[in-house]
Parts: sequence; structure tokens; C-alpha cells
Amino acid sequence: MMSRTLRRIAPQLVTLAVLAALISVVFPGFLEISVSDGRLVGPVIDILKRGATVALLAIGMTLVIATRGIDLSVGATIAITGAVAAWSISNGLGLAGALSLAIAVGLVAGLWNGVLVAIIGIQPIVATLILMTAGRGVAQLITEGRILTFSHDGLAFLGSGDVLGIPVPALLWPVTGIAVALLMRRTALGLLIEAIGINRRASALAGINARLLLIAVYMTSGLCAALAGIITAADIRGADANNAGLWLELDAILAVVIGGNSLMGGRFSVAASLFGAMIIQTIDTGILLAGFPSEYNLVIKAALVVAILVLQSPRLASTWIYWGMRLRNRRAADAARIREAGE
Amino acid sequence: MLLTITELSKSFPGTRALDGVDFDLAAGEVHALLGENGAGKSTLIKCLTGAYQRDAGEILLDGQPIHPRSTSEAQELGIGTVYQEVNLLPNLSVAQNLTFGREPMRFGMTRGRAMRAEARETLKDYGLDIDVGRDLGSYSVAVQQIVAIARAVQLSGKVLILDEPTASLDAEEVRMIFDVVRALRDRGLGIIFVSHFLDQVFELTDRLTVLRNGRRIATERTAGINRMQLIEHMLGHELEEVEKKARRSAPGVPSDRPEMLRFAGLGRRGEVEPFDLTVRVGEVIGLAGLLGSGRTESAELMFGAKTAQTGGASDADGTVAIDNPRNAIAAGFGFAPEDRKTEGIVADLSVRENIVLALQASRGWARPIPRAEQNRLADMFIARLDIRTSDAEKAVGDLSGGNQQKVVLARWLAMNPRFLILDEPTRGIDVGAHAEILRLIQEITAEGMSIVVISSELEELIAVSDRVIVVRDRRHVAELTGSDIESETIVLWIAAPDAQDGRAA
Repeated sequence: MMSRTLRRIAPQLVTLAVLAALISVVFPGFLEISVSDGRLVGPVIDILKRGATVALLAIGMTLVIATRGIDLSVGATIAITGAVAAWSISNGLGLAGALSLAIAVGLVAGLWNGVLVAIIGIQPIVATLILMTAGRGVAQLITEGRILTFSHDGLAFLGSGDVLGIPVPALLWPVTGIAVALLMRRTALGLLIEAIGINRRASALAGINARLLLIAVYMTSGLCAALAGIITAADIRGADANNAGLWLELDAILAVVIGGNSLMGGRFSVAASLFGAMIIQTIDTGILLAGFPSEYNLVIKAALVVAILVLQSPRLASTWIYWGMRLRNRRAADAARIREAGE
Repeated sequence: MLLTITELSKSFPGTRALDGVDFDLAAGEVHALLGENGAGKSTLIKCLTGAYQRDAGEILLDGQPIHPRSTSEAQELGIGTVYQEVNLLPNLSVAQNLTFGREPMRFGMTRGRAMRAEARETLKDYGLDIDVGRDLGSYSVAVQQIVAIARAVQLSGKVLILDEPTASLDAEEVRMIFDVVRALRDRGLGIIFVSHFLDQVFELTDRLTVLRNGRRIATERTAGINRMQLIEHMLGHELEEVEKKARRSAPGVPSDRPEMLRFAGLGRRGEVEPFDLTVRVGEVIGLAGLLGSGRTESAELMFGAKTAQTGGASDADGTVAIDNPRNAIAAGFGFAPEDRKTEGIVADLSVRENIVLALQASRGWARPIPRAEQNRLADMFIARLDIRTSDAEKAVGDLSGGNQQKVVLARWLAMNPRFLILDEPTRGIDVGAHAEILRLIQEITAEGMSIVVISSELEELIAVSDRVIVVRDRRHVAELTGSDIESETIVLWIAAPDAQDGRAA
């Protein structure tokens, strides 16, 4: 079991290792971690923290994509839930109130998407596009068009605090990821989700409640977006309806794809998507550390992403195997010739 | 000879798909290519059409050796192919499909009128007078099939390969295709006809070649061989008239069996008129009728795949909810749909996962079936139904049609249902698996399960059914029992014109 998971995420691990090596060449201190004021500090810790939002989104997005769907609304949901958290905390609802309200709003956003997709039957890309567009408007209504700041140490702790020296966001995504992965694999949810992603009609005829599952999956995505929204707002101690979570839905989809999950639905791995998210953040941070002028960032990132996807593609994989076999055959032939020559 | 193949061999890792096969085809003949799934039929065809490169052997076309490296190269040489699933573009017009790739042009623009005129002219030869400006997809599969044949003949014109062209057609449409094929034969084409339907082989072909395990077993004149000999060639052992043997021993007794289920007034507008059906314990009920007669629709209403607008089901304990598949499954129903690929299997999941799927769905997501139990179920059904797979973890989509069907059956048998609906359980699967599935039906009804079988093959229905319901024009028109279950009577009921019904609707 373990070895199969390992084999599944091997390409992502190799990619991360290669990236780390590349960055270390231009920025030798990349892998160093030091302790200052009782907190761990270093580029790697920074990546684990900054990658948290995309990683959280990627968890929900993995499940949505496994059902052959897509959720474009998660970036907007970050803006809404961040605004809700900031609004409730500044209106004296308290930490528990603010968190539960933000999470509830995230779940409602997912419910909306799920109903559009599963019951009304709108294509996922269109259904979630509605909230993607409308969502920022909703967030602006909540913040009344300005950046809604707050001062509440409890909430801010979620964004910039640390536990045992590790930043809270860097703990939140692995915990959520492991919880969701266990929920998928220790129950039958993983199998049922894969089944409806591969063939919804056949699954429904086999007695799977596809509608309910689809709604639950979009709600999970909404929940993950709410968690991301909370830490985004907590980190800057304020809600910026215009910029919070902007374009992050695309990074989340990219993380899932770099994680080797098919956009056609079916088999999925939450762990691989999380590594995908870390790969994206490593690229982002690495470009900064390497000291390229900032105008190069997006172009270099795009080039690296293309390279990673090409190297991971199944078509190329068979070519690797082919060349590997040829090389081995030639070596064997050479060895035989040398042996003959020796005799 | 138009086409001569000698000593053709082709291997894949682990298997020798073709082993020194000889085959020849004369101009102006229809030559059937027969064999079980995996016998080498499709490999032979793919070597001919350039989809595969042969390892050894020679192919002569008009006496010239040929080496097609792609389908288009084969087409240029004169070898055209039409597949079971029409591989044209349904969202383009018939005319566009017929002239695709060589549209009449002027000033770099296609000339719609010239294109349509050319298409109409072409189709006239096939006795088809249709609006060529409409989308291909708006026509029936038979018409699409004829357009595909027309296109293949136009492009190639010497050898035409028909790979299961009739698998999704009803009797009337098959006749249309046959007329076209005969006309082409009379024009001097050599036609290779691949089909599972032995009746069609006997009706249409001049000669036949049987492959088994990659070898040629026999080439005979069709007129000089009978059905039993042919099946013997295909299966490689004496098949003691499977169908006769499968015939249920004592016809006419089922009425004394206890009643299990009663469907009353079940109907849905535009699908099937309200019908009553009583199901007795351990009984096999056959639904006979043409494609589109309402037989599949009847099954879908009984299983809740489509919700019935009128009527319902009941058993000894009262009403049984069948408004959706989950309720029907909870009531002990199972349904193996006609279209295996889109409604039956979940292709990318493994054999094991497909087998446990319905059981898992009914247990709910929170109570996963332990892996050991899943393995046990999978291994048990792989052994019991003789599912040919390297192991339980292989993706179902990689299995042959017959084995996919067995996996779907295993999925329901794992639920231990009391009522199983099988829609075309033997469509598109080879003779061996066919016989096994009929045997299985006998076996499970002996344990008290009741089955409804829908089939286009009358002999199959006659062989397994205790009762046969004939469906015509979306109505259940007759119920036959005992000695009335014979093909002549059934055909009579299927064909009987219904005067007062008025076809206007």
C-alpha cells in the first residue's frame, strides 16, 4: 500500500528535488533552516507557509476534478470568506463566531456550485464561473468596497502565528490534506468519487447517489477555500475583496495537474496535488531568491511549468522506457563483445 | 484473386496474435471472417488497413505486394474499412462527410451546392434519397453506416472491410445494409464481413474463414457448411447443440411457482404504454421485440433508471419503491444495461472495484468493504464466471466485451438480488462467452432468482425463457408460454400490423 502511494507521487518528489538542487546552485542557502526567537526560519519554511493557500485549494480541487468537474470559484470564495471573517471579528462576533461563519459561508458557496452542477445539470466550468464572477462583487459588498482591517490577535495567529516553531498555515494544509486523504481512503468515498468521475451514468445505475456525492465534493472545495480565505485574511489582518485569492483557482488547478491527476476525472491522489502545490510555490520563491528582476517571474514560471508537464507526460514516459531499454541492450551487447574479445 | 494473404504473422509482447494465416478474397464476393474474441480477426484487419505492421507474411493486392503503413495509405491502395461505431463526424452535414478532405473548391472556398449535388449523386447509387444538407448525426445509425460505406467505397473502391457493421441495428436496418452490400458485390468489390451474427453470415456471405487462437482453422463455401459445423470450427470442440441443451426441461410449469413481484400499470409517456407483469420465483421472462419497440424502456421503468409516470411494483410485503435505481437495488433488483460501455462498466476501475461497486454503494460510503473481503469476492466471481483477466486489479476497460459483461453480472450477483434484468446480455460477445452466460442464467434461476432477459436473438430467448413477452410499438402485445414459445409465433407477433393503432403518432 505504502509503496504504491510512493510510486504514485515519485515524479512530484523527483521534480521537487531537482528544483531544490537548481535553486541551491544560484542560492546556496536554500535548504538551510535556522531557529530564531524559537521559530524555524528559512526559505523552505517560507515555501511551506506561503504555499498554504494553493495547497488548501488543491485539496478540494483534486476531488472536484476527480468527478470530472472543475471549480473556478475558489479564488472568489477566498475573497468572500476572508471578508466574512474580517467583518465578523470587527463586529465583535468573537473568534469562534468568525471562523464558523466564514466556514459556513464557504460551505454555502460549495452548495451553490454543487446544486448547479448536480441537480440543474450545468457544466461545471460554467456553473462555477458564475460564482467566480459574482463572488468578488459579494465580497466587495461585505467590505463596502474598501480594505476591511481588524486587530484581533486570535485571528491573526492563524495567519502569522506558530506552533512548536512552525507557522500555523504550514501546519494547516498538511493536517487538512491528511484528514481528507484518510477520509477518502479509509471509507469508500474515494472509490465512489472515482466511479462517478469515470462513468456517472453507470455509477448511478449501480446505486451510487451521484448527486449527493457531487454536492458534497463541491462543498468540500468550498470548505477548503474558506480555510484558505481565513488564513489569507489573518495573515494581512484585513480583507481585500479585490485581490485576496486572485487567480489562485488557476494555480490550484495547475497544482492538481502537476500532481498527475487527469482533468478527465477518475483516479486521484490528494498527496500528489499537495506536492504539486509545493512545486508551484518552490518555483515562485525560487525565482525571487535567484534574484531575477521581477518582470521575468511569470515567464520563467511558465517555462518551468511547461518543462515539468512535458517531462511528466505519459507519452514521454514510454519514450524514456524505450531509450532506457536500448541503452541497456547496447551495454549488454558491448559487455558480450568484450567478453568474446577476452576469450 | 483480388487479395491474397499468405503466412501472415503478428506478435505482441506475450501473445502471438496471428500465426501464419492465409486468406484470400475474390472480386465480387462477400467473405465472412469469423472467430471468437481474441481469435485474431481484428489483428488481421488492422494489418490490412495499415494500423499494425505485420511481422512476416505477404499481402498481394491485384497481384502486387503491398505494405500499407497507415489507414490513409491503405485507402489509397484501395482498401476501405467501416467500423461498428461510425467514425464520421456527426456534427457535419452528410454532404460534408462524403466529400471531406476533397471538397469541391473555388477561389479557396468550398462550394456548398456542388458538394451537395455530388453527395446526392453518390448516395443515389445506394438507394438513399435523403437531405444531404442535414447533419449526419440526425440520421439513424443505419443511414450513417451507409454513408460511411459510401465514403469508404469512394476513397478505396477495391476491398471493403465491414467490421461488425450490423451490431447496433435492428432487423429492418440490417436488411438495408445487406442490400447495399449485395449491390457493391455485384459491382465487383471484394467485401470482408466481420460479424458475430451467424444468421447474417449465412444470409449474406459467399465464403467464410474461421480463425481461432491466431490460426486459420477453415475456409469454406458458406452454402456447404451448417451452423453446428461452423460453431464447432469456432469453438474447437464438439458443441452439443448448446441451445437445445439449454432449453428448459419442462416448459409450461411456471404457473405453479409462487409469485414474487407484480408490476401494475407501469408506464411513461413516449417510452412505453402502461403494462402489467407478474414475476414468479425462479422464472426467466424474455422480452422480445425490435430495437425501439419499448423493451429497453420497460426494463428501465422496472429498475427506476427512468421514473414511471404511472403504476408501481408490489410484492408479498406491500408496495416496492422503484422510483430510482437506489430504491430498486434496496428492493433486491439488479440491472445489466444494454450499452455496456456507457452504462455498465466503469472502465478505468479495476475488475475488483467494478465487482464490489453496487455492494459498496448499498452499504453506504461510511462502511467500506474490507479489502480482504473485496479480494475474496473478486476472486470468487473471477473463478465462478470464468472471467478472463490477468488479475483482479486489471482495469475493466482492458477486458474483452464478453468478460466485461461477466464483470457487470458479477457486480449484481455479489448483491444476491432476487430479481435481475439483463438487457441484451450477449450482444457483441463471442460464441463461447455467449453459451456461458446462457448457462449462468439457468444456474442462478435454479437458486430461486428471477430474471427478465431482453434479446434480439430469438433463439436465445426461446432457449432460456419460461415466458416470452412480445413488445411492439411501445406496448406489451402478447405473452407466450409453453409450446407457443417458438420463433414463428414470436416473429408473427412482432411483425403483426396494428391497424387501429394509427402510425400518425
